[in-house]
Amino acid sequence: MSGLEQFKDRNVSQNYYKVKIDPYPKTGWEKFKRVLKRSIKLELFVGLKITLLEMIRFNIHTVQYPKEKLPIGPRYRAVHKLLRLLESGTERCIGCGLCEKICIANCIRIDTKVDEHGRKIPTEYTINFGRCIFCGYCAEVCPELAIVHGPDYENASEQRAHFALKEDMLTPLDKLKRQQEYPGFGAPTPVADQRIKKTPLAY
Amino acid sequence: MDAAFVIETIIKILIVLGLFSALAGFGTYVERKVLAFMQRRLGPMHVGPYGLLQVLADGIKLFTKEDFIPQGAVRPIFMIAPVITAATAFIAMAAIPMFPEFTIGGYTVKPIISDINVGLLFVLGVMATGLYGPLLAGMASQNKWSILGAARTAIQFLSYEVVTGLSVLAPVMIVGSLSLIDFNNYQAGGVSEWLVWKQPIAFILFLIAGFAETNRTPFDLLEHEAEVISGYATEYSGMRWGMFFIGEYANMFTLGFLASLIFLGGFNDLWFIPGAIAILMKVFFIFFFFLWTRASWPHVRPDQLMWLCWKVLMPLAVINVVITGIVMMF
Repeated sequence: MSGLEQFKDRNVSQNYYKVKIDPYPKTGWEKFKRVLKRSIKLELFVGLKITLLEMIRFNIHTVQYPKEKLPIGPRYRAVHKLLRLLESGTERCIGCGLCEKICIANCIRIDTKVDEHGRKIPTEYTINFGRCIFCGYCAEVCPELAIVHGPDYENASEQRAHFALKEDMLTPLDKLKRQQEYPGFGAPTPVADQRIKKTPLAY
Repeated sequence: MDAAFVIETIIKILIVLGLFSALAGFGTYVERKVLAFMQRRLGPMHVGPYGLLQVLADGIKLFTKEDFIPQGAVRPIFMIAPVITAATAFIAMAAIPMFPEFTIGGYTVKPIISDINVGLLFVLGVMATGLYGPLLAGMASQNKWSILGAARTAIQFLSYEVVTGLSVLAPVMIVGSLSLIDFNNYQAGGVSEWLVWKQPIAFILFLIAGFAETNRTPFDLLEHEAEVISGYATEYSGMRWGMFFIGEYANMFTLGFLASLIFLGGFNDLWFIPGAIAILMKVFFIFFFFLWTRASWPHVRPDQLMWLCWKVLMPLAVINVVITGIVMMF
């Protein structure tokens, strides 16, 4: 397993093994024998050896967090992003309101209008992050891949409304080139083309 | 008493005070780094290169923290208790010869503040007086955890004082003197002359008792967080708490010097290594050993501690003394 695959493995090992435990000493003589055995076998130095070896190997596992970051899983559900169409730069959102309908925490609010091209666009799009449970249904239901979960998990801010407005979530026009297609939540799977079936209209 | 002696002594005192206060600070850095490496961590990394200035940051924090005295505490005793710990730790260093004699501009300097003929007794006695620091601190704090810590101080320090004394008795019998310089000169003949070969049991007992006396990990019952919050130091903050800390680290260095002087050949030249560097290496190895055990071993219960002291270590120490006496007689 390499890369991000390891994060997907939820199969916790079931290979339990029994530790052999000697019966507890009952008489004083047996206790004395146990103490003697443990002292002469120098069990304490086994512990010392382990820590010293770890120090010499210098196999450090620290991630110096603000400088270094671990990769997050592709299906991680962080604060939402509203994406734009790559060619024209217009918003992908068609104002269908499915996300607002499906939201089980009832935290999405969308206001729409018909613009000058006769296209329906959202005038306001807010998510109440005090209520949002990051279930991902909105990204799943979106027919245009317009709302997705972004990779920003650093949510420290002065106010939680800072992430929640449309202008915060929408990709800015000048950064359109850097907009990513998220392979994660709500996106079509890589094998979607093979799996797709014709709508059964025959009956 | 001439003026040169007075000036020399004052300078030595200032050097010992300054150096070991700084070493105590640096010791915390080394401890955190060593523990971190043994636990596959990096330790302090952000303040300065490789976290070297962490000591400074800690110092600023300690100095600027509010000096808090609880309402129900016995004020004068509460205030003086950390001073006792720090002072005894430094006074104990007065009779320890740190390095071999050296000459500066025709003036021979003995790197010992006071060469008294009962040096070992003095050092052990003053270190034992250090018991009053934690004891009074815990009793004056008006806090249940503190009083538990103080009670543990009393049993632990007093009990292990017995082991320290008895374990050192055998080497004292062999050398026939209590002066640490005599101990050092006795082992002048090289590694084979070290007292640790003649008195291995005494060395191990002394080291174990040293762990208990300096309140280090297998026996750090006085301020074990999981059981008694911070023991006697629960109510302390700022520089008063810092003084406990400095005292503990100074005691670790004192013990390192004692163990190297009594058992590990002191500041005699070791093969090609000059004596001053040899003793520093020994002291720092013992200091490292303190940290090493802290990373490796769990600490014991108070009843196990007492069991270890009175049923194992003290009988062993007495038997060791008796056997040494019999061997010396014939």
